[in-house]
Amino acid sequence: MNDKPARNSMIGDGLAQVGAMGLFLLQVLAAIPRSLRHFAQTVRQIFFVGAMSLVIIMTCGLFIGLVLGLQLYEVLSRFGSTASVGTVVAIALYRELGPVVTALLFAGRAGTSITAEIGLMRATDQLAAMEMMAVDPLAYVVAPRFLAGIIAMPLLASIFNALAIFGSHLVAVTWLGLDNGTFWSNMTGAVDVWTDVMNGVWKSAVFGAVVTLVATYQGYSTAPTSEGVAYATTRTVVYSSILTLAIDFLMTAFLM
Amino acid sequence: MTQRRSHQIGTGLFIVLGFAALGYLATQTTSLANYRQGPTYALKARFTNVGQLKLRAPVKIAGVRIGSVSDIQLEPDRLEALVTLAIDKRFNQLPDDSAAAVFTSGLLGDQYVALKPGGSPDLFKDGDEIILTQSSMQLEELIGKYLVGSGDSPAKKPEQAPSPNPEPETR
Amino acid sequence: MSADSASSGDALVRIRGLRTRLGAKVIFDGVDLDIPRGRVTAIMGPSGTGKTTLLRHITGQLAPDAGEIVVDGRNLRQLDRQGLFDLRERIGYLFQNSALLTDFSVFENVAFPLRQHARLPEELIRNIVLPKLQAVGLRGAADLMPAELSGGMARRVALARAIVRDPMLLIYDEPFVGLDPIALNQVLKLIRVLNETLGLTSIVVAHELSAIRRVADDIHLIAAGKIAAHGSPDELVRGETDWTRQFFGGEADGPVPFHYPARDYAADLGFAKGAA
Repeated sequence: MNDKPARNSMIGDGLAQVGAMGLFLLQVLAAIPRSLRHFAQTVRQIFFVGAMSLVIIMTCGLFIGLVLGLQLYEVLSRFGSTASVGTVVAIALYRELGPVVTALLFAGRAGTSITAEIGLMRATDQLAAMEMMAVDPLAYVVAPRFLAGIIAMPLLASIFNALAIFGSHLVAVTWLGLDNGTFWSNMTGAVDVWTDVMNGVWKSAVFGAVVTLVATYQGYSTAPTSEGVAYATTRTVVYSSILTLAIDFLMTAFLM
Repeated sequence: MTQRRSHQIGTGLFIVLGFAALGYLATQTTSLANYRQGPTYALKARFTNVGQLKLRAPVKIAGVRIGSVSDIQLEPDRLEALVTLAIDKRFNQLPDDSAAAVFTSGLLGDQYVALKPGGSPDLFKDGDEIILTQSSMQLEELIGKYLVGSGDSPAKKPEQAPSPNPEPETR
Repeated sequence: MSADSASSGDALVRIRGLRTRLGAKVIFDGVDLDIPRGRVTAIMGPSGTGKTTLLRHITGQLAPDAGEIVVDGRNLRQLDRQGLFDLRERIGYLFQNSALLTDFSVFENVAFPLRQHARLPEELIRNIVLPKLQAVGLRGAADLMPAELSGGMARRVALARAIVRDPMLLIYDEPFVGLDPIALNQVLKLIRVLNETLGLTSIVVAHELSAIRRVADDIHLIAAGKIAAHGSPDELVRGETDWTRQFFGGEADGPVPFHYPARDYAADLGFAKGAA
């Protein structure tokens, strides 16, 4: 009986969230020129969201590469085309796995900490204090994190990809005995810089924007209580994962 | 201040590492890697069919890459494909009766040009043409020949050929 | 009364016909208020009467539904964001929970407003910041992080930060909550001293009468969305109205109900009369 109004309000809430986030995006974009005055903040944030995510990104990249190497070697050997292990690994990584998995890890590692940090700043009136000191929190707090996400994500994805290639090479060539030259020459023969590598770079830059936008929005608009911050952190992971995958589909379908 | 400095160093390291990774991926694992070659000299070869041979496909001797396909054109008068190969200058000791063939790496892999060295004392020079060529083997043609030529039970073969499943039983 | 009308011509903050509603709750229902220059004005009232909301109106963080707020001759309604920021640069605001930036040391917190609005040489910044920290007795704590401070210390650091740019108006939101008697004395003395030496105007929001009596020149008592009473501390404590009697006498019964509006108690407990 309560289903219908509940569903209606869920849809309404969802739309309201999307709308509010769109407005927030416009505000953040408008604040970016002003945030360049605080460029040291952006550098600092690149350190926090980028450099501090390196360990998890590198570890996961290596494991993904190892798994891809094993799986593809096994599957491709059924067709007698183990020579393409390198090619398939590289294309899968550059076009999809690198940007997407990095974005999901990034949402869990950096997105949550951005939300919690900004949420606590909201809860402890630090954002209001900045407003009162005539410092725009959008330019000082939000925009630097947003920029840092856009800058850091492609670099993280590249590092992830490099480690994954290394991992798959380790499995396919070092352990399973695929010829080293075959591995590389097939890869270099089939992978293109622009349609594969750079596409992944654009994708991950967009994902970086999406994840940091969701994270900063959730932190910025959180209810100023400890529960509010906790919920906002959860929402960051959920929303940014969904949005990342949805936008991935759209970008793949329409831009490539 | 010292904390800020360590942040800056960390950020710098991260950015350098990221761009190094990106640069490595872009130049060493893509077709860009194939541009990285020293001086080359050109050889020409005519094929009646080059199949799916593409520009920049490798040219190999004994499985080792020695150059790449730099041009593929149709000769209007002879209606044959004229393929230009850019061979690395280091491999300038090719006998002028060497043969060229378009092969496929693996069953479904990319196609490449394989050179089979001959025994002539004279060597290829820049711009020479490879006379002995063998065109691409088309999978469809092979299957067609197999079906028509191998006689006794044409109806039974197509069942067996595509599916490897019955094989363990016959062994 | 006479003091009020004499100073109203020289009011730093003038509020007329203020009406605000947050959600379904009416916070202000026609508030008129003047904050005279150079004095310490206290705004008091029971919890939840919108004292902090009033401060948010005065600083332009929240626009009222109706009414006019003029700060230093400028109508907040007509100011754009930049105008508001220019105005805020001349207002010091002490938050209830100090709101120190957790990433920065005490020194950097106090220096933050300076660094954000001008590119000053490091030596000059030290020469501005250290005297302020000295004034609140925390020069020795300059290198501590906010997490290492007690609540009272954090509030004093926040005070140093609020006055670092020599504002014309200093706003204290609940400055006495959670202070031990020593720190309380310190803060009271600071409010008085700052007001006299820097020649600024102060607004103090609080509900501790004993503390307010020692610093305030004027008191405005807000209740039920209106100014219920105003005058000097002594006038109000003498208690001419129901409001002041209840508030300053601490009685449960009076115009301000102690009980939140509820259904009939007996009905709530289940002693329904005449029901089937």
